[in-house]
Amino acid sequence: MIVAGIDVGSKNTKIVALRDGEVAVRVTVSSGFDQEESARVGLEKAAAELDIGFDDFAFVAATGVGRKAIAFAGHLLTEVAADARGAAALDPEARTVIDVGADEARAIRVDEGGKVLDFAVNEKCAAGAGAFVEAMSRALEVSLKEFGEISLESTESIPMNAQCTVFAESEVVSLIHSNTAPKDIARAVHDAMAGRVSAMVRRAGVQGAVVIGGGVAHNVGFVQALKDTLGVAELRVLPQPEYLGALGAALAAADKAGDKAGEGARVAGEA
Amino acid sequence: MTEEIQEFWRWSEKNWRAPGLDWRDASVVTAGIDVGSVSSQAVILADGVVFAYHSTRTGSNSPDSAKKALGGATEGTGMTLDDVHYVVGTGYGRVNVPFANRAITEIACHARGANSMIGPTVRTILDMGGQDCKVIRCDEKGKVQNFIMNDKCAAGTGRGMEVIADALGVPIEDIGSRSFDIDDEPPPVSNVCTVFAKSEATALLKAGWSINRVLASYCAAMAERVAGLIDRLGMEPEFFITGGIAKNAGVVRRIERLVGVKAVPLPDDTDLDPQIAGALGAALFAHALYRKEQRAAAAAG
Amino acid sequence: MIANYGYRDGSGEYYVTIDTDLCIECEGRWCVEACPERLFEIARDDYDDEVATIVASARKLLKERCSGCKPAGGYGSLPCTTACEFGAISHSW
Repeated sequence: MIVAGIDVGSKNTKIVALRDGEVAVRVTVSSGFDQEESARVGLEKAAAELDIGFDDFAFVAATGVGRKAIAFAGHLLTEVAADARGAAALDPEARTVIDVGADEARAIRVDEGGKVLDFAVNEKCAAGAGAFVEAMSRALEVSLKEFGEISLESTESIPMNAQCTVFAESEVVSLIHSNTAPKDIARAVHDAMAGRVSAMVRRAGVQGAVVIGGGVAHNVGFVQALKDTLGVAELRVLPQPEYLGALGAALAAADKAGDKAGEGARVAGEA
Repeated sequence: MTEEIQEFWRWSEKNWRAPGLDWRDASVVTAGIDVGSVSSQAVILADGVVFAYHSTRTGSNSPDSAKKALGGATEGTGMTLDDVHYVVGTGYGRVNVPFANRAITEIACHARGANSMIGPTVRTILDMGGQDCKVIRCDEKGKVQNFIMNDKCAAGTGRGMEVIADALGVPIEDIGSRSFDIDDEPPPVSNVCTVFAKSEATALLKAGWSINRVLASYCAAMAERVAGLIDRLGMEPEFFITGGIAKNAGVVRRIERLVGVKAVPLPDDTDLDPQIAGALGAALFAHALYRKEQRAAAAAG
Repeated sequence: MIANYGYRDGSGEYYVTIDTDLCIECEGRWCVEACPERLFEIARDDYDDEVATIVASARKLLKERCSGCKPAGGYGSLPCTTACEFGAISHSW
């Protein structure tokens, strides 16, 4: 049985397909201006890789900020529910789940059954999510990957004054003009963002094993800065972190497909 | 690297001197220096009357900007710093006016200056600067009763407006008129955050909205945000608006609609520029503080 | 004077409001010690009164700095508002 989970982010739409409970394919497409169309294109790509047709998915569930646009999804779940579900599957020891995306960040405390106990979000302000680091990397004219890497080489900790992405860009330009080393600027930026994300995590509560997913988890500089700011011994980066939400949605889809199959069996009069 | 952005709303250098006034005739000469993130102003009072003022760009060095502003105001008068009895520094760079006798917040100075420029009827002051947005309620003497200052978030500041203007390719000075050249008033953009509002604006254009309509939608959102700040304190006329965005009718008219009060203009016969409200207030504080010192010295001696 | 320290950004409104007219009568200054983040300090204001203010470095960081006292799960009271016997302090969130 093949099911799919779709995570419609403001920038990218991530899709995970499960075949008999195992991850079979992962696809990312740009969310674009027509989110449903982009999701359809992505799902078709996944179907092609699985050698099936678009209509052969037993069930499709959607999450993410644009989930309501996906008319063909059989079930919608919140990002918090999807992240909790995905994290439990990827790391059963996880008790504090952090997801940092381009536009939003969230922290979720879960119990050993993966049930959500508390959560906190950073939303509607670019400074609290990946858009912040991305904008600064552009100001420094380096790739996002390089930006994270060079920050690890810094030995200077410069606090940033600006708490807004727009003002921070001007501050970074001033730092560049005053000949501050790029690695030190990079570190200042990552530290600033880590400060905002860690405050969010603390609102949800830090407990047990702390894991991180979402696209920004690929940023080694940010992960280190967050680990330092949180003051935890270990911050585990989940595998394929940007697919965390999509995986959770796919698992929810598998549940629903199982329910349907079970229902079908009952309706048919089977024991 | 961020490109050179149009700086229309960033006031250009300005200099003014009171005709027929000689500072040497005055017994008390005071100065107020307002070092802002974008521009710096100096106002000189001779016995409490405006003698001269000067506005200049704030450079990367605040103490230098303070000196430059004062130097511009005193140029050609023969006045030196020694001739000034008391200096008050204000603005975000107020701690960097090294020759100031005292630093006073831009909140208190703005209220005092507005009270002097408009009169004892002014009660609510809105200042929308390059990097901050503040609302002040004051009494008939220009004493602050209530204030809010936002300098954390670019939304509602000149810088935020710049970002959107650039994204739409519209010169800032055209935003106001273009935002009213529409068929009907659109709803405000849903994102307060400038970064997200910029993406939303681009999406609206792709969806077929005209540039003017997108401008109107953004101005409406900014007006809503600022009106929210005013509501928190409570609006009481007379209402006075200063700062760079005061020139953007697209935002100002919409704020007036939302709060139900029109902003008062400066009197027709004034030579004063709304931009100097902070420095003027600082100079008035300087005058009062110096007179207080004099009285205390006379009582003691 | 009602001083509103803080900001509003896309995610919400975060103001700590202090009615400084009430500070003038206060001798205990308990707010300073009560805040676990030491966000309050006593300073001379523009009218030469000694009143409570939020330290300048924290004014743009209130959402973060106050988060210790405001967990997502909810809270009953805040140390600062409890400590001020004049009721001069209030939070907008």
